[in-house]
Amino acid sequence: MQELSYSYRDRQVLADVSFALDAGEVIGLVGPNGSGKTTLLRCLDRILDPEGDIRLDGRDLCSMNRPEISRTIAYVPQNGGTSGSATVFETVLMGRRPHLRWSVTEEDERKVSEALSLLGIGGFASRRVDRLSGGERQRVLIARAIAQDARILLLDEPTSALDVRSQIEVMALLSRLAEERRLAVVAAIHDLNLAARYCHLLLILKDGRVLGRGTPPSLLTGRMVRAAYGIEASVKDEMGVPYVVPLRPSNNDDLVEIE
Amino acid sequence: MMTDFGREEYARLTEKRALFITALILILVALVGIAVTLGSADLPVADAYLAIFAGLFPGAVDLPERMIESNAVGIVWGWRLHRVLFAIAAGFGLAIAGTVMQGVLRNPLASPFTLGIASAASCGASVAIVLGAGILSGGYLVVGNAFLFAMLAAGAIYGMARLRGMGSETMILAGVALMYLFSAVTSLLQYVGSAEQLQAVVFWMFGSLDKSSWPKLGIVTAVVAAVVPLLLWRAWDLNALAEGDEVAKSLGVPVERSMAGFMLAASLVTAVIICFTGTIGFIGLVAPHITRMAIGADHRTLLPASGLVGAALLLGADCLARTVIPGTIVPVGIMTAFLGIPFFLYLFMRRRDA
Repeated sequence: MQELSYSYRDRQVLADVSFALDAGEVIGLVGPNGSGKTTLLRCLDRILDPEGDIRLDGRDLCSMNRPEISRTIAYVPQNGGTSGSATVFETVLMGRRPHLRWSVTEEDERKVSEALSLLGIGGFASRRVDRLSGGERQRVLIARAIAQDARILLLDEPTSALDVRSQIEVMALLSRLAEERRLAVVAAIHDLNLAARYCHLLLILKDGRVLGRGTPPSLLTGRMVRAAYGIEASVKDEMGVPYVVPLRPSNNDDLVEIE
Repeated sequence: MMTDFGREEYARLTEKRALFITALILILVALVGIAVTLGSADLPVADAYLAIFAGLFPGAVDLPERMIESNAVGIVWGWRLHRVLFAIAAGFGLAIAGTVMQGVLRNPLASPFTLGIASAASCGASVAIVLGAGILSGGYLVVGNAFLFAMLAAGAIYGMARLRGMGSETMILAGVALMYLFSAVTSLLQYVGSAEQLQAVVFWMFGSLDKSSWPKLGIVTAVVAAVVPLLLWRAWDLNALAEGDEVAKSLGVPVERSMAGFMLAASLVTAVIICFTGTIGFIGLVAPHITRMAIGADHRTLLPASGLVGAALLLGADCLARTVIPGTIVPVGIMTAFLGIPFFLYLFMRRRDA
């Protein structure tokens, strides 16, 4: 992806964002609120039309039609995105829409069951989505994206409604799926430590620009955290994974130069 | 890995949906028999079916003497059957239009009435009745105006939503605003009109099936039969739209084009029905809700099932409207409200408890 920019009513939300994504990788998008993480995900799925160049195996994403994009890229929005009276099974089945014509085939049903099982929500397949807890609903949305059978998974804060155990389960699942099925995963994540532990690469966004990109240990330094969030933090090493402990708001203006 | 999660339940749900639709068809067939017997000439239910059959396949059945004497076939085909079939076509169409609007706008209150389309049709009819102005003349003056105004209202809502970005709230707010505007114009026309004109407007607005005829039935059936297969074909788009614009787009639905197409189709069906009947309320609001509560929200089955529920409701309401006060035919629009709303509230109260 090269020099992606997006403006909304004269306000530039994304400016010259570039990065590359390989199959089997999980990229974490981190950065403060309003830094453009969600906008970036929407641009990648072409829900929004950005300026710049997005290439998939060398092919321009703009040259692909919508059904083709939908079979290639799955998007999990941050919240909402489920209709009231549908069951869990039917909601996940919706992920098959880019593949199916009108009737539901054996294969569609199998993929749905498999996605339910992967997310550990097979037990309430016939429950209505609006009767679920926030965390369960978030798993349903992820299951829908997995049933979509796409090569690229885009997730907007996939763990925001989950308890601690579910958070690590979902992140471990994403990283396992990336590896086993050669998926490319991009996830916007607020929790720096979760991102550091499960993402191969991090992209730090601030004010719509890339503040830094690299592996978690190379990127998550006290100085970078200060530049991104304006806080003082101590960064520890937990068996090779950086662990960020936020301390206090920073008064230090010694900011990292934006590349 | 176990991969059968939910498949059995889903198969059961599919079966339940098929059963529900079959049951509705049977109810409708029974209702047709009962409805055809209603009227000044006595006709048993069995004879009613026989008369319908005899009219469909002349010469195929030997009619009993009493039916030939009473001209049962002539009465059924000449006077009664078109009204019954019109109730079915209109109920089916209004319910499907309501289902589509609720689906597209993701709002349980959306219906041709809350969106101002019915109120626009009333306004058009009033203009024709009071001012005598319209696009068509003669017997179709009122009908033509009602249709034109209804479509204009739909176009205006669409235009406003387009200007402000196609949000569902925008469309509903625009609809409510239009509803009040058209009501005000209708009131003004009633105020300046003569007593006879006022009466004509009020009667038109009650909504009734009294003016049904074979040609009108033909027009309504043709439009419904043309639009419904298209809607069914795009049923997955409606399902996806229910999940939100963003998700729908991500799943490959051309969101804005679909929404416009669905709203146009629903408006067209509504307009072509209510221009002949006047305002028949609540079918488009209640039928989709009843159906959704019974068999869930997959529009592939929700659309036809909800259409059948609407048809049964309207035909049932018309039967009651013709019998509840002996010697008087209560306008069916009043009856649908009397019947539909308590039932509707009951369903909601029951669901709260569950």
